[in-house]
Amino acid sequence: MDLFLNIAVDGVAYGMILFMIAVGLSVTMGLMRVINLAHGGFALIGGALAHWLGREVGLPFWIAATLAIAGTVAIALPLERVLYRRIYGFGELQQVLATIGLTFLMIASVNLWQGSTLLAIDLPPALRAPVDLGFRTLPAHRLAVIALGLAVIAGLWLLLERTRFGIRLRAAVDNRATASAHGIDTGLIYMVTFALGAALAALGGIFGAELLPIDAYYPLRYMVLFLIVVAVGGMGSIAGSFAAALGLGVIETAARYLVPDLATLAFYGIVIALLAARPQGLMGRV
Amino acid sequence: MKIKGTLALGAAVSALAFSTAHADTIRVGVIAPFSGPFALYGTQYQQAIETYQAQHGTSVGEHEIEFVFKDVGGPNPDQARALAQELLIREKVDYLAGFTFTPNALAVAPLIEQSQTPTVIFNAATSSINRESEFFLRTSYTLWQVSEPLADWAYDQGIRTAITTVADYGPGIDAENAFRAAFEEKGGEVMDSIRMPLSTTDFTPFLQSVRDAAPDAVFAFLPGGPPTFTYTKTYNENGLRDAGIRFLGTAETEESNLQALGDQAIGLTTAYHYSEAHDTDANREFLAALREDHPDAVANWAMVGAYDGVHLIYHMVEAAGSDGPAAVESALGLEWESPRGPLTMDPETRTVVQNVYIREVERNAETGMLENAEKGMIATVGDLGWDR
Repeated sequence: MDLFLNIAVDGVAYGMILFMIAVGLSVTMGLMRVINLAHGGFALIGGALAHWLGREVGLPFWIAATLAIAGTVAIALPLERVLYRRIYGFGELQQVLATIGLTFLMIASVNLWQGSTLLAIDLPPALRAPVDLGFRTLPAHRLAVIALGLAVIAGLWLLLERTRFGIRLRAAVDNRATASAHGIDTGLIYMVTFALGAALAALGGIFGAELLPIDAYYPLRYMVLFLIVVAVGGMGSIAGSFAAALGLGVIETAARYLVPDLATLAFYGIVIALLAARPQGLMGRV
Repeated sequence: MKIKGTLALGAAVSALAFSTAHADTIRVGVIAPFSGPFALYGTQYQQAIETYQAQHGTSVGEHEIEFVFKDVGGPNPDQARALAQELLIREKVDYLAGFTFTPNALAVAPLIEQSQTPTVIFNAATSSINRESEFFLRTSYTLWQVSEPLADWAYDQGIRTAITTVADYGPGIDAENAFRAAFEEKGGEVMDSIRMPLSTTDFTPFLQSVRDAAPDAVFAFLPGGPPTFTYTKTYNENGLRDAGIRFLGTAETEESNLQALGDQAIGLTTAYHYSEAHDTDANREFLAALREDHPDAVANWAMVGAYDGVHLIYHMVEAAGSDGPAAVESALGLEWESPRGPLTMDPETRTVVQNVYIREVERNAETGMLENAEKGMIATVGDLGWDR
């Protein structure tokens, strides 16, 4: 019984971190249909800024995190104007090449700035304390990430399904020319959505850092993980990413408890089986 | 094209000028990662070499010593082999050095055997490497050398039950075997041996199982960087420390990552051969010389391995010049005082015999920095893995 509860609790906590680090990508790649391999780069920039603002400038965590996300957006906006605007129109392979090149640039820049060692982000004591669940304890930040993940998915659902902006975004993605002809400023919509994706990447980088610590090679280290969540969830579906992250989190955690030596094998085996059965992902639109 | 041509010409001219001006230059080729995720190793080797040269000059006897650096990128045996070939044939080096990763060192064994080139391993820690060639000399350590004393010591401290948790790759399995063998020999019980996939990001399930089994101690072997960070965090946050399950490790708290681990590292127990906080004059002199040119440099095992490696090379050059077999012969049994303590080059295993220290991470009251404070010492340990 305890084992079952352990798997459930740790699985959900891990799945939520997977969701947090991948949700930005499911906005840029899933919704905007640009294969944005530089997603991890934005997470890295957010994390590195939070590390710098917290450890070297000495700001409290919440202020450092907010400023780091704002800083990432401030870097993402001009990049969108200058680079991504052209990348949208590329073929798939060119998008991959352009954004992976951008990733290398980001890695090299952070490496030059902060070096290649770990960039720790210090949490406030309240988030570090263990919380007693009755049958065991769980670190408070895991609970915070679960809450944050739920808030993000709720917020995105409201934004995309219940606001005028969401309608315009979906229209612009489905058929840019027609949307434009209806007087929708698609350039602005794309820019705002891209900034949202970058902000979510930074948010995920910072709050996922307890489990996936930030260092200059972060984008490459975890690229496969981001891509798996979005691919299994299905392109264009935030809810799909959410379901995929939680499902994969629980499955991998269960495998780690039950057959530790084979945990990674089990994880990738299930991913392959899922994608073979449903190439469009759990909730993907064809 | 024009630039390329000029460069090539320039290189040719300088090579020519060089070979006539310094007929008696001994060249040492250093193969190490200077780019990518492991670039820190290369940087540290270079800093250690520069520090040694600043202290002892660039010549020994009548010989001028020159280092040539080659970037191998990471664990890449083919590249290591190609670079060694290039260094031996085109650059005409007399000695090789460096080698962070075991496969890279193994890949050059046939080459150095053929060319009779003394090769000083600054790092790669698998015992069996030195069996591949008589020309390998190692100034780092082996996994058995630190894991066995740790198990002995733990038993003597009253620890009777342990669970081993190691990253599932060669060095991790070496460490698991070493710890298990020594601990069981003493009479302790290894309740479980968990091998964690290398790509593990969330250690909670493994550590929660350990906690539920409640051993006296948990032995860990992890690659540096993110896995160590997450593991030690989880160790604290899932209450293993509070439950009195002692953490036993080796390289996990090494200095280049230590500050990033933060307060969660305090109290972690490790057995290892070098701590930046090692309290001797030799270490203080080394640190002072290092900081003179590199104020922000962090001294750790990789740096001290390179520093002692350079010392060994200087000795061999002085004794035998470019005569490979004679140079190796002269190094066997050599004793010297290193920043980490007294060293002897073991004639049989060609790995240094050294003290292994039991350390605990503490925050230094003066500097406010975390350090590996030495609490105990197991004197003069050789490569215990040689006969295994």
